[in-house]
Amino acid sequence: MNNELIIKDLHISVQGNEIIKGLDITVKPGEVHALMGPNGSGKSTLAYGLMGHPSYDIESGEVLFNGIDVLELEPNERAKLGLFLAFQYPTAIPGVSMANFLRTAVSAVRSTETNGSENIELIPMREFRVELREKMAQLGMDDSFARRYLNDGFSGGEKKRAEILQLAMLEPKIAVLDETDSGLDIDAVRIVGESVSSLVGPELGVLIITHYPRLLDYIRPQFVHILLDGRIVESGGYELTQLLEAEGYDPIREKHGIAEAVQENTI
Amino acid sequence: MQKGDFSKDFVEKIAQDEPQWMRDKRLEAYSLYESLPMPHTTEDDKWRRTVDMRTQDYWRRTRRNLRGFAVENYHPAAETNGSASVEVDDGAGVIVQVDGKPQHTYLSPEVKKKDVYFADLHTALKERGDLIRDYFMTQAVTLETTLKSGNFATRNKFDALHGAFWQGGYVLHVPKGVRIEDPLRVYIQLSEEQHADMSHVLLIAEEDSQVVILEDNSSANPDAGGFHCGAVEIFAGQNANVTYGQVQHWNRQVWNFASQRAVISKNAQLCWVTATFGARLSKLNQAIVLEGTGSNAQLLGLAFTDARQHLDVSTAQEHLSPHTSSDLLYRNVLKDRSQTAWGGNIYVYPNANYTDAYQKNDNLLLSERAHADTLPGLEIEAHEVRCTHGATAGQIDAEQVFYLMSRGLTYDLAEKLIVDGFFEPVIERIPMETVRKEMDEFISLKLA
Repeated sequence: MNNELIIKDLHISVQGNEIIKGLDITVKPGEVHALMGPNGSGKSTLAYGLMGHPSYDIESGEVLFNGIDVLELEPNERAKLGLFLAFQYPTAIPGVSMANFLRTAVSAVRSTETNGSENIELIPMREFRVELREKMAQLGMDDSFARRYLNDGFSGGEKKRAEILQLAMLEPKIAVLDETDSGLDIDAVRIVGESVSSLVGPELGVLIITHYPRLLDYIRPQFVHILLDGRIVESGGYELTQLLEAEGYDPIREKHGIAEAVQENTI
Repeated sequence: MQKGDFSKDFVEKIAQDEPQWMRDKRLEAYSLYESLPMPHTTEDDKWRRTVDMRTQDYWRRTRRNLRGFAVENYHPAAETNGSASVEVDDGAGVIVQVDGKPQHTYLSPEVKKKDVYFADLHTALKERGDLIRDYFMTQAVTLETTLKSGNFATRNKFDALHGAFWQGGYVLHVPKGVRIEDPLRVYIQLSEEQHADMSHVLLIAEEDSQVVILEDNSSANPDAGGFHCGAVEIFAGQNANVTYGQVQHWNRQVWNFASQRAVISKNAQLCWVTATFGARLSKLNQAIVLEGTGSNAQLLGLAFTDARQHLDVSTAQEHLSPHTSSDLLYRNVLKDRSQTAWGGNIYVYPNANYTDAYQKNDNLLLSERAHADTLPGLEIEAHEVRCTHGATAGQIDAEQVFYLMSRGLTYDLAEKLIVDGFFEPVIERIPMETVRKEMDEFISLKLA
């Protein structure tokens, strides 16, 4: 219980190809885990699978969150429980302002309505604005950001910062960050890294998915796992990232007898 | 209750107290109406998309979708017992009409003082006969074949029917230099079973005037069958600034046929908003004629269809003079088994150099059984022009839905947000806050 995310022997396939081949990991609030692996190791598949993307088929295994079987739930129900995914490629929704979207999302997640009705009560505008402004200030974001259409015409860095703003507003218990550092220049990685690090605390557990240790300079994980060919092959502490930085994935591949993978399916 | 019918006797009856010229005009239209066949949905290109487009068997579907429609089943107003279901705020001015009969007319003293004329068309015929004679079906919507642009070139049986049996509607005349800030409002309702609404709208804005007029077409009775056969004629004089918004939300038993045309003079501006939510089948011909140098028109359309509604819109942007500009944006959302067809043409006449014309039609399908046809077109006879057009149709994006759902929104809420966002480029250009709010309400009703 206690808002733990427990993944047990999880198998996920995409279009009939098994990508995640038996994965175990437990993330508790207050913990920061890094899941590292090269392209094609199944990182994004795990992220989408955890959030319930309809194209990712869960073949077997268990995902429990706070003791509840998450795999039976719709993506919105998972979000309401306190699970959050920061997307590698956030989707643009033209015509929908960041503020309007966030107000709806925050209201939906905090709503006590349980019958799945769309008639959620929106939190009062004034209350929402105060909160949004506060969070944006904390993340060093300009007010004008809230008026822009969601991810529409955003630069790579802006998209990732928008994801972190959503994380800050929705206040999940467990957040999965999928390649949040990809496609960013060094300054942008620093900004995003510091933003996430400002949100980490005893109430939030984080699973950082990345193939490059840069982001981890800002958010130091206590646990590091290495994903190769759909399985976690090594787990350890922060020192594992140093090993990777120095030697890359090849020695680990050799050690476990795994050939270089083909390009990962992305949607 | 007395019921009218679409007979020559009834034309005579309507015309008995009218000036001779109107009586002649009606009878002339009647004989045209009699001589024209019902539009053939296979042979007549203008009506090909007024039928179920999913059955593309051209050789079999003769008059297919107009099956179920017969003019004889409807009654032009003689008397009505119907009463309005709207509560109106008089504001700057308002007209309420039920089943072709005016029920309430108001024009504020401040606006009246400026010699603005605003009345139902029957009263106007008595009080301003000469004005009506100049403009009524003489220049904009006519029964002639002189117009080049095709949109109104074919002699249309419904226009002829309208010319013969028009009843109801209104005229707004804004004199030279008069500016009215607050919108005038009009509510046109159908109430009694099988009534026909034959409203004729005449908006005449003289030189340097400014006016906003918002018209609402609705059913007082949610289940009563009905028929609308209307016409709208807009004249924007030199330097005039006209905003006209029409919200059509008849109930789903109403057949809607309308021809609407605006003539825009030198340096005048027209903003024309058309919102469609209602009717069983709607066939709308809409044209703007940029007659004067430097004239400009914005045509904004939004439609949300559901169930088995069928909406067929033809638009024409006719550029007659140099330095004219037009900008059309039509966005449709389709639910269930509904269908929309949009065919738009930009015509640039040989003289109209430095035309800047744009047209875009986008369709968002919320159901796999919905169907959207879109057909933009250009006919350019001038050399120095800029014309751009585009059209899209697509199902709701599953990745957008997943993204929003991952943030806690139910499928329905995610869909609503995507629909709102899709309409936003049209709605944000509507110059009136009250209308934007009204649109939001209609859209929410459709999604509920």
